[in-house]
Amino acid sequence: MSKTAELNIDRVAELSRLALTPEEKTRFSAQLGSILGHIEQLAKVDVTGIEPTAHAFPLNNVWAADLAQPGLGVSAALRNAPAQRDHMIVVPKVVD
Amino acid sequence: MTAPLHFQSIAELSTKIAAGQLSAVELTQSIIARTKAIEPRVHAFNSFDEADALSQAAASDARRSAGQSAGLLDGIPVGLKDVIAVAGQPLTASSKMLANFVSPYDATVTQKLQRAGAVLHGRLNCDEFAMGSSTENSAFGPTSNPWDLTRTPGGSSGGSAAALAAGAAVATLGSDTGGSIRQPAALCGLVGLKPTYGLISRYGLIAYASSLDQIGPFARTVEDAAIMLGAIAGHDPRDSTSFKTAIPDYRAELKTRRGPWKLGIPKEYFGAGLDPEVGAAVEKAIAFYRSQGCEIREVSLPHTQYCLDTYYIIATAEASSNLARYDGIRYGHRTSSAKNLLDVYQKSRAEGFGDEVKRRIILGTYVLSSGYYDAYYLRAQKVRTLIRQDFLNAYREVDALITPTSPIPAFKIGEKSADPLAMYLCDIYTIGVNLAGLPALSLPCGFTQSGLPIGLQLIGQPFREADLLATAHAYEQVHGWNTQFPSL
Amino acid sequence: MNYEAVIGLEVHVQIKTHSKVFTRVGAGFGHEPNTLTDPVVLALPGTLPVMNKAALDAIIKAGLMLGCDIAPVCKWDRKQYFYPDSPKNYQISQYDQPICLGGSVEIELPGAARNVMGEHKKIALTRIHLEEDVGKLNHHATDSLVDYNRAGTPLMEIVSEPVMHTAEEAFAYLTSIRNTMIYGGISDCDMEKGQLRCDANISIRPVGETKLGTKVELKNLNSISYVRDGIAHEIKRQLAVVAAGGKLIQETRDYDGVAGTSQSLRSKEMAHDYRYFPDPDLMPVHVDEAWKAELRRACPELHFDKQRRLIAEYQVPYTITSVLIPDRELSDFFEATAQLAGKGRAQAIGNWIANDLLRELGAAKVPLSASKISPANLAALIQLLDAGALLNAAAKEVFTTMFATGDAPAAIVARLGLAAAPTDTGELEAWCRESIAANAKALAEFKSGKESAINAFKGSIMKAAKGKANPKLVDETLRRILAE
Ligand SMILES: [Mg+2]
Ligand SMILES: [Zn+2]
Repeated sequence: MSKTAELNIDRVAELSRLALTPEEKTRFSAQLGSILGHIEQLAKVDVTGIEPTAHAFPLNNVWAADLAQPGLGVSAALRNAPAQRDHMIVVPKVVD
Repeated sequence: MTAPLHFQSIAELSTKIAAGQLSAVELTQSIIARTKAIEPRVHAFNSFDEADALSQAAASDARRSAGQSAGLLDGIPVGLKDVIAVAGQPLTASSKMLANFVSPYDATVTQKLQRAGAVLHGRLNCDEFAMGSSTENSAFGPTSNPWDLTRTPGGSSGGSAAALAAGAAVATLGSDTGGSIRQPAALCGLVGLKPTYGLISRYGLIAYASSLDQIGPFARTVEDAAIMLGAIAGHDPRDSTSFKTAIPDYRAELKTRRGPWKLGIPKEYFGAGLDPEVGAAVEKAIAFYRSQGCEIREVSLPHTQYCLDTYYIIATAEASSNLARYDGIRYGHRTSSAKNLLDVYQKSRAEGFGDEVKRRIILGTYVLSSGYYDAYYLRAQKVRTLIRQDFLNAYREVDALITPTSPIPAFKIGEKSADPLAMYLCDIYTIGVNLAGLPALSLPCGFTQSGLPIGLQLIGQPFREADLLATAHAYEQVHGWNTQFPSL
Repeated sequence: MNYEAVIGLEVHVQIKTHSKVFTRVGAGFGHEPNTLTDPVVLALPGTLPVMNKAALDAIIKAGLMLGCDIAPVCKWDRKQYFYPDSPKNYQISQYDQPICLGGSVEIELPGAARNVMGEHKKIALTRIHLEEDVGKLNHHATDSLVDYNRAGTPLMEIVSEPVMHTAEEAFAYLTSIRNTMIYGGISDCDMEKGQLRCDANISIRPVGETKLGTKVELKNLNSISYVRDGIAHEIKRQLAVVAAGGKLIQETRDYDGVAGTSQSLRSKEMAHDYRYFPDPDLMPVHVDEAWKAELRRACPELHFDKQRRLIAEYQVPYTITSVLIPDRELSDFFEATAQLAGKGRAQAIGNWIANDLLRELGAAKVPLSASKISPANLAALIQLLDAGALLNAAAKEVFTTMFATGDAPAAIVARLGLAAAPTDTGELEAWCRESIAANAKALAEFKSGKESAINAFKGSIMKAAKGKANPKLVDETLRRILAE
């Protein structure tokens, strides 16, 4: 699992949608490098045949009946919107 | 000598209120006055709504005079960590990202406390998005430890601990993902309870790491913690991870559940890095239990050394996903310098998040990314299974475990902030509990030579909070640590 | 070199539920912007998802109808990417443990002529999983507006194996999925409302090659005919690139159905890495035999099975069934009428439905369920006609009145005085003999075996009867005389 050197900060910052300054990139890379160095030791654990734990306690079929409840209302829904028009959220033109 | 009103417990105050010796408005006014007096030095609050608090208190008094008191918490000022939603109030997670966010809805615990009549008077500072162990990662400035203002109260729920320790609340709620209730409770001389995962609804709690987060109370006494837990525990259909389990009367059970218990001492929790004064205080507490007839047994949790790494992989992975919603689109900080959509995302998030949050998002994104998932995330989930099995194996021999809560007492503000790994090591005794989903509690067990509180951690079995509280109560009854208060 | 196209489809079907898939605010189409939202839909800080049981029932039912294996355990994963229509910036979906595996969709290819049933075959499915829909972006000159009403609507993703080779097959596949979903009451599959959406993965390879060629993903095939046209266009485009010695690149293309052209998308965009991981906020689903059995009982007869049965049981022509079958209600109406009307009348019923009923429904702009017509009334009308109590021309008027009022045909006939006149048999026989005598040519033709020549005698008989003669009686009388 010797992946420490492989943390491509540009790629990960891009996936995370974080615009990092060159200084941040250098600093975070060094800090994360030492954390990843620590994490390396997990490779020593024998996990053969061990099931992963996704939830602390197993439950299943946790659902609700299909009964529609009233919504939040437009004004509450958009109360915190940075930009809105015509009861919708405004974003820069999406070109896809 | 009676303590001043602002240092009294829920049990004491509610008795006075019930007897008509004190009104909720008087109590709330006293807490407000105390808050104003200490807040410039402690900085425990992100927001405080005086008028709203007084109107809640007046409503409580009106209920009481109509003979409709909701119980022990009716009229008691309770502060909430600023990651718990209260409709119509700010909800910031101590982040610039949410600096102007007002929640249009209530968390389930908020509704439960409101139904119990509590006066929800303020939202308490914390590490940004609950990521940290010192409350220094708040976008609104650090909180100070009331016992020594140059030191941190711990974190991430540092504001919840500091406000209570300073007398600016009668009880508070925090959240605990890797020790964020227990460690600040230890550092501020309080009782802090992290309940079993699934006992308290997470609906309305800003998610840091969903599979680890749990809301819990800070209280002056074990009895108060039992009262608070009783008010907020229980199944919630809005949280799919919430458990359906009978909720006992935790306070009444304190008197009915008696030891001696079989207590385990996990040997891995007493190694290098443990401050000698902390170690000595914990040893004394162990000796107390032995003197009470408890069987004390050394146990082993062999995967303890992997807890920190497992935690940082799982917690950051979940966090990287949970925090994706903070993008400046529907709410939260939006950059003013966006030329296009990508700018809105990248710059809003870069401007809105602090360093620790960015670091954890990057780490979490990395461990989930293509080619690394199996080596990091999946492996960590498997090690998590082993860590959990360690605890369950120990519980075949003992009823509960005793450990230090934090390896060190309160440290200086700024002391560890440049070295994330050193900060992460503050949590080595607390994170295993979150990985295993267990209940655990920190309670005061002494002071250092320099007068800093020391915390003892008791780790219990799933959904057996009543036993855990009773075990703690037995110790607290004969040790008066909680009758000492910081001089502020 | 000869090339063949290889096509796989990813079809998204919105499940018709009252509330959303992970929260209980209402779901629906055509509401004012951002009115179908709640804290969970908007991904407000602190919110959590809770599954909708009805959405699970629906997808399992769909899986059973399509012969899928229903996984005993399935789980939820987060698919992560930033986009303004996605409130959490991850979509709750199913990655490595979908709820339905395998299965197939029966399709019918075009026949040799419109009235001839085409070849049927089965298109293998890879999987069907459940996920949440995203919101809708409205593009303007300088910005885009986001409406989250659609966000969180339960969505099934039906993924086929790459086993189709022509645009016709893809079209037939989508048509069959739509019919299946409508029959199951799972979705209305209205493509205009976005209830059915289709993306196609298309590649070409030399005939005989087993490896897949470079795959192009074609998006925005948002009408059923665009699916056919878009795929045909893309196959042609790929063949042309290769013929010109060019090289195909793996890309996503956007099909413009109006212009009939496509254009490359997202070439500049960063490469995706969805970072799927199990959603810690949702618990797995365990499906046991009892639950499956309950849903199996709720599965209707599949549309092609019904078509084959109608043809076999009622001897209705294929052309009629191809009108009836796509509409489950209409085909049920047909069957109910046929059972009430009695043997031998199915074709006439089919004709009435295909011509008159559909015309009236179209003109009135109402669905069948909201109209006043009943199988009992239509059956009664056809019985009146058959008994000679009503003439064809008058029957049309009875039908429109019946459609408008819901009254029984006998009552309408009586009220409007439309009954066929009782005909004196002696008089009728005389008219018949006169007509035969006056048409020597037709007589000769009939005698030599030309069955239809009999019609030549009828015009003058009807004229003599002033249009009120019972045509059945006329026919019988003519045949008796001609057989003398
Ligand atoms: Mg897909
Ligand atoms: Zn999909």
